[in-house]
Amino acid sequence: MPTPDFALDISGLKKSFDRPVVIDLELKVKAGEFYALLGPNGAGKTTILRMVAGLLKPDAGSISVYGIDTEKDPIATKSIVAWVSDEPMVYDRLTPLEYLEFVAGLWRIDAREAERHSNELIDWLGLRPHANERCGGFSKGMLQKVALAGALVHDPRLIILDEPLTGLDAGSARQVKDVLKQKVAAGVTVIMTTHILEVAERMAERIGVINHGRLVAEGTLTELRARIGRETTLEEIFLDLVGQKEADIAGVAA
Amino acid sequence: MSTPATLSWFAAHEFRLAWRDWLAMTTGGRKVRGFVLFATLALFYLGLHFLANALLGPWISDGINSDKPTLVLVTGTGFLFWTVMLSQALESVTRAYYSRSDLDLILSSPASSASVFAVRTGATAFATVLLACLLASPIINVIVAYEGPRWLAAYGVLAGLGALAAAISVLVTVGLFRSIGPARTRLVAQIIAGIVGAGFVIGIQAVAILSFGNMNRFSVLQSPEFVAATPDLSSLLWLPAKAALGDLGATLLVVAIGFGALALVIRLTSGSFAQHAIAAAGVSATRVQQTASTRPFRKSSQRHALRVKEWKLLRRDPWLLSQTLMQILYLFPPALLLWVSYGQSAGTYVVVIPVIVMAAGQLAGGLSWLAISGEDAHDLVVTAPIHPRAVLVAKIEAVLCSVAVIFAPLLLLVWIASWDLAWITAIFVAVSASSATAIQLWFRVPMRRAMFRRRQVASRAATISEALSSIMWAGAAVLAAGNSWLAALPATLALIILLAAWALSPKGKRV
Repeated sequence: MPTPDFALDISGLKKSFDRPVVIDLELKVKAGEFYALLGPNGAGKTTILRMVAGLLKPDAGSISVYGIDTEKDPIATKSIVAWVSDEPMVYDRLTPLEYLEFVAGLWRIDAREAERHSNELIDWLGLRPHANERCGGFSKGMLQKVALAGALVHDPRLIILDEPLTGLDAGSARQVKDVLKQKVAAGVTVIMTTHILEVAERMAERIGVINHGRLVAEGTLTELRARIGRETTLEEIFLDLVGQKEADIAGVAA
Repeated sequence: MSTPATLSWFAAHEFRLAWRDWLAMTTGGRKVRGFVLFATLALFYLGLHFLANALLGPWISDGINSDKPTLVLVTGTGFLFWTVMLSQALESVTRAYYSRSDLDLILSSPASSASVFAVRTGATAFATVLLACLLASPIINVIVAYEGPRWLAAYGVLAGLGALAAAISVLVTVGLFRSIGPARTRLVAQIIAGIVGAGFVIGIQAVAILSFGNMNRFSVLQSPEFVAATPDLSSLLWLPAKAALGDLGATLLVVAIGFGALALVIRLTSGSFAQHAIAAAGVSATRVQQTASTRPFRKSSQRHALRVKEWKLLRRDPWLLSQTLMQILYLFPPALLLWVSYGQSAGTYVVVIPVIVMAAGQLAGGLSWLAISGEDAHDLVVTAPIHPRAVLVAKIEAVLCSVAVIFAPLLLLVWIASWDLAWITAIFVAVSASSATAIQLWFRVPMRRAMFRRRQVASRAATISEALSSIMWAGAAVLAAGNSWLAALPATLALIILLAAWALSPKGKRV
């Protein structure tokens, strides 16, 4: 079966809670791409990603991951997708190795292969000294690394990360970024939301800006600069695109 | 408006939070719901008065003497009540140290932590007294109606004993902090609370079983041998009973002792509150080292991986273990009754079957909540390539296997006595556990396992239907054991309760 060009293909996606949160979204992410999804708080980024991961049902529209319709074949989709949220969800009373063994069981990974890969990830993320400690007393950074290891242990083709660097110290953030870069180099697709624009600027090949549930701009940094017509930072571009610049300045002045 | 950060200011703050919490919990923000609930509770409260009248009326209609047997009975019953008060106070005081909510904010402020502690300990005493008064008031009010207003003094006794229970709870908690440290204090305090709450009841039941062959604790308190063995009437032991019987001097003394002890304990221990609360906060950062595993990863199916995970988490949850221990503790009297009645007629065994069936339902309800709703890595499990139904099946299997392992020894004891009764018990244990599990399944709402205490608040319909179905299955079991066709009646009621629970559950709203 030929590999589809797009790792993620979203079309006409809609989702409402008490108000519309995602409105007629069209989004395509190429296979092997590092894509950053930016937007102000409440723009709908997390809702979009949760729908892709199968954690929320869309009201309308379609999502396809590597050519697989998430609605029609959720199990096949989930087997190639990994989800990492901003709040690492791991079990307090399991050790990192036990957690990875559990994840490998859920993704039906061969036990020997899972063990080898788990140990690699444990070393890679600097968790070796804590491999046999229960996660209960871990710091946020360590928990995030355990969650990331869990996301990688089944070799996903698409990794979705929602604010993965929030609350991490510089060292942990660097480790997470390095791992993601290596995964992209190996052909894995990474989609990440972040409020740290510098990270998006440095790591992402393409950037999408969401505002009020709509994709208001998309492209490489150069393309986005061209769109607003001046050579400037991503922060300036972002504020310009979401219309926050004037409001914020007015707020500070007040 | 009082001056900020003073004792009265903190008291007003705590009262406001407690009131809003209670309103939210009972009404869910809907006035009609609140009205219906209050009306139901008022009717229930009235019904308790009728029940108390039916039970006590024949006994007190000829008047209550202040003789020794009466004092023994009142003291024994009062002590049973007080142990429950002490148990509740211990739980509340422990929470005051460990519950974080606004404690970090208050402790990091320049306000006096001693004032916060005084207010929270006072609130514990108040809540303990309030609950005790609510529970005891139908009995007291009925006695007042027959015997006159002197019995109103019993409320004073409850207040004094509640304050004493809060004072002792603080001393026990602080003692635990100093002797075994903050990491173990919470668990040990919970175990002590459970043992205190159940210990006296179970102990007296054990004596009743061994001496009289039944589980009625009043058999002991009313036996002439026991009455004769107690101290004479001049002993201080009878002070609360004399106070409850309307002796004004004794009432004042009990109230003074209770509240004096509470004031003294607050004064002595409030200074160390901040220190212990901060130590308790550090417990969550403590890392637990598992023995480094040398065994390789095991090949397993998805469902087996889920089952193993559930069992591991249940086994490593000290709070849950303590709760399970408590459930098993309550099973001690029926187990003892089985033991002493070994080889006797089947009639004796019939007494223990409903207790076992009810306990199975309650235990399964708790375990099911932990396995089904209390999923700490909810996103991970939902995003795994496994059908949601398979996840639920695996979790249910984990729960029912755990229940089977816990109840197997008791069923074995019944089996030794009677093969038929063992089968009936096993079937109703399975049905009761399955019903509780089904209810938890229908009302499932993803939450952190740490929210276990709040599960009853999360869905009162689930809690009530779980308890009622266990009771009905227990009733059906005992009638079935007695070969009565009437077993069909509670069984039908249990099914109706299950049907009602299913209808009330938020079905179809999940992904």
